Amino acid sequence: MTQHHRQAQPPQGERLSAGVQLMLRALQHLPPYRWTQARLARWGVRGRTAVVALPYLWLLLFFLIPFVIVLKISFSATQLSMPPYQPLLQWTGEKLTSLRLNINPGNYLYLWQDSLYGRAFVNSIQVAAVSTLITLLIGYPLAYAIARSSTKWRGVLMMMVILPFWTSFLLRVYAWIGILKNNGLLNNFLIWAGVIDEPVVMLQTNFAVYMGIVYSYLPFMVMPLYANLEKMDLTLLEAAKDLGCRPMRAFFNITLPLSMPGVVAGCMLVFIPAVGEFVIPSLLGPPDSLMIGKVLWTEFFNNRDWPVASAVAIALLIFLVVPIVYFQRAQARTAQAGQA
Amino acid sequence: MKSQTPWFRLSSLVFGFAFLYIPILSLIVYSFNKSKLVTVWGGFSTQWYGKLLENDQILDAAWLSLRIATVNATGATIIGTFAGLVLARFGQFRGRTMLSAMTTAPLVMPDVITGLSLLLMFVAMEQAFGWPAGRGITTITIAHITLTLSYVTVIVQSRLATLDGSLEEAAMDLGARPARVFLLVTLPIIAPALVSGWLLAFTISLDDLVIASFVSGPGSSTLPMLIYSKVRLGVSPDINALATIMVGLVSLGVMITGYLMFRRERLRQRDMQLASSAA
Amino acid sequence: MASSVLESAAIRQPWNDPRAEPYIRIERVTKCFGEFVAVNDVSLNIYRTELFCLLGGSGCGKTTLLRMLAGFEEPSSGKIFIDGIDMSGIPPYERPVNMMFQSYALFPHMTVEQNVGFGLKMEGKAKSEIADRVANMLKLVSMGEFSKRKPHQLSGGQRQRVALARALIKQPKLLLLDEPLGALDKKLRERTQFELVNLQEKLGVTFVVVTHDQEEAMTLASRIGVMDQGRIVQVGTPKEIYEFPISKFVAEFIGSVNLFEGRLIADEPDHVRIACPELDRPVFVAHGISSAPQAKLWVAIRPEKIQLSLKRPAGDENWTRGIVKEIAYLGDLSVFLILLDSGKTLRVTRPNMWRHDDENITWEQEVYLHWHDTSPVVVSA
Repeated sequence: MTQHHRQAQPPQGERLSAGVQLMLRALQHLPPYRWTQARLARWGVRGRTAVVALPYLWLLLFFLIPFVIVLKISFSATQLSMPPYQPLLQWTGEKLTSLRLNINPGNYLYLWQDSLYGRAFVNSIQVAAVSTLITLLIGYPLAYAIARSSTKWRGVLMMMVILPFWTSFLLRVYAWIGILKNNGLLNNFLIWAGVIDEPVVMLQTNFAVYMGIVYSYLPFMVMPLYANLEKMDLTLLEAAKDLGCRPMRAFFNITLPLSMPGVVAGCMLVFIPAVGEFVIPSLLGPPDSLMIGKVLWTEFFNNRDWPVASAVAIALLIFLVVPIVYFQRAQARTAQAGQA
Repeated sequence: MKSQTPWFRLSSLVFGFAFLYIPILSLIVYSFNKSKLVTVWGGFSTQWYGKLLENDQILDAAWLSLRIATVNATGATIIGTFAGLVLARFGQFRGRTMLSAMTTAPLVMPDVITGLSLLLMFVAMEQAFGWPAGRGITTITIAHITLTLSYVTVIVQSRLATLDGSLEEAAMDLGARPARVFLLVTLPIIAPALVSGWLLAFTISLDDLVIASFVSGPGSSTLPMLIYSKVRLGVSPDINALATIMVGLVSLGVMITGYLMFRRERLRQRDMQLASSAA
Repeated sequence: MASSVLESAAIRQPWNDPRAEPYIRIERVTKCFGEFVAVNDVSLNIYRTELFCLLGGSGCGKTTLLRMLAGFEEPSSGKIFIDGIDMSGIPPYERPVNMMFQSYALFPHMTVEQNVGFGLKMEGKAKSEIADRVANMLKLVSMGEFSKRKPHQLSGGQRQRVALARALIKQPKLLLLDEPLGALDKKLRERTQFELVNLQEKLGVTFVVVTHDQEEAMTLASRIGVMDQGRIVQVGTPKEIYEFPISKFVAEFIGSVNLFEGRLIADEPDHVRIACPELDRPVFVAHGISSAPQAKLWVAIRPEKIQLSLKRPAGDENWTRGIVKEIAYLGDLSVFLILLDSGKTLRVTRPNMWRHDDENITWEQEVYLHWHDTSPVVVSA
């Protein structure tokens, strides 16, 4: 009975996929598809090559080469023009010998000598590390609790973790201004509860930056942790209990070590972008806060010193290369494991 | 000890979700506040929504952002699907590690670096080829595609990793050439992953402030850029109204999708039960 | 050595006919994945309308060999001919070969009808022709009434039929089946085994089946190729493989067996006599063997070919004595584990032909074990 009913009226999902199929079928007969195929074949490009080439060339052109340019500009001198830097190679005369190479390591020397940049780096790393730790402390119990809920609830709970991530990041940071202000929600609540008599200054402190980072990046911590904890074999815990292990010890001896890949992935996903974070310190942090992302922004937009901004970017990149490569390896490993 | 565990789990859930949702709820509540002083309750009012709809600047910026987000999501989905397919299905080839690195690095790369490097690239390209002439919607879109195609790649790659490879082999075995295998078998099956990839790319583009600030030109202010310039001056209730509208739309979208997926899965489960009990 | 058995049954056995042209010729095929040699110098002929089983444990290379026939893998060296045509470089979608996958690989977004018709659609056949042929094929596998269902609305057995129908609809010269019954439960598997054989005979398609289940191979196959570590170690009919295993590996892999190390003491064209340290008397084998005189040998005797008795057998060969250590009653037969004086434990099975056994052999009893002189087989290490 239900069978017939459903055939007459397929559910939304199936109708959708039928629509997609119809579109795809039409796509095959459209001239551009055939034309592209014929054209590519004439050039001796097989379909396979074209499929590899499109993302490859795009990323080379818009991801890798830009770094080379940043590196190049970080070695050139500032000049008052548009663009505001000297070219590295310059023709000063007609002859080939008059080619002048303007390599200027001055920007890096400047970064090294002016203690502002060093302090900014140290401060960024410290803020990122502290926030990552807090995110882990909040995210782990949350991910754990979700992963151990009944199957029926897991999906809904995870959706609720991800939902804020779909809403504007900027607006979520903005919400914290309203909470942390002197006459904001948190202060009013604490006064009402009798914890404090006077409003405590929370906005424009490092505390506010921590809260902002923890809040914005929490889903990135919970997602890999949840993925890891959810697929853990629960019979391992039963075996541990059977062998006389108390739940608390079973957690520290079994669950925690097994979830380390998730912990590492989550911490990387929070720490790396947090080091270069700009929006959160500029909206919630102290006006003179030294975060490297903010310094880069100021060099570029306020001082219009493109070479120094480039040098800051390169320095930051060199610092982040180790965690990024580490993250990338871990990511590739999980992708491989999924395939096997 | 035993009874303590559910208590601990429950409190982690309550605390975690309170932390996630109270800020958003406060945004929504104060958007209906009559008083201009955001934190002082001055009675219920929808005046800020009215103000918002009269603000041409915001509407223009929103329209620009939506256009960029749509083009970006479509482009990123196409390129990201190719990249995911290559990484998941093409086996080992020279340069695979490089491609894999280039697709995962943008996931964690600080925005300021990506933004700066893309801007310098566009400036250099303009000097060399005269394209792109100036900066604006085109450069923002290109920058966003570069950023978001990584997300699509990761989604597609992990979906393909869990997809039984023998489905594609079966199609090939039955006489389908690789392009038709992809169009008739792979693509329809991974379509839900493409939809979520598209939505993710769309949202990230709609949300990006830093990269857009670097690569945009005069006269092309996206919505986040406008919000940032307003927010820097302090809290203003019409931003709360805007936030409420965006949160509302997103929640609605996510809930509808979630419900559809849930219902489809339930139908599937029931069908499978019927099938196995009939056998 | 097996010639007498074979000739008596040689009615339709093209592999014994020197004039027969092999349908599939696998010539010295090797496949390496990096350092790992999955298939090692395999040569094999398969004939038209055969149902050939590749049998072996996991990782023995049987699936890789199958995938090379289908075209999903290219041999690292060697050649494969199907119907006289060299298959090198021919992609799967141009081969006259279809495959039924272990997971069935039914397209989840298509109905049963669309799944079965997929191959014909790829050939560009007319819609009406596709519809007719699909309907006929579904009728053949008795799935006609399910044509509008999606794969997830089918039970395991039904999916298996659809997968079979889909693989057969293009009337392939060769059908490859990867563990075709692996996903079915035991009852269904037995029924389906016979259906599969009937269908194969009716359509006259050549089947190559990969399986790790010896019982499945024995039921289905016209011939079995036993594989181990990338090599084919023996090819033969199920009976040949069981009764005349050529090596210790084959003897142990198929069924259970008692093995004794020994040495030739008499080597005549029509019989041999072998001394085994673990048995107190020599073993007399009623056929000649082709082995170097001093070589180490193994004598294999199947458990069901050993008889137990309380009386001492006559003669001075082919019997020994031991103590009953274990008895397992399995209903149709009983398994006895008997400890010999040499410390070796023998396995003997005995059909329970009567409800009450007069001899009533029991634990710790001394018994005599004897066997017919055609029962032992001499195998290499």
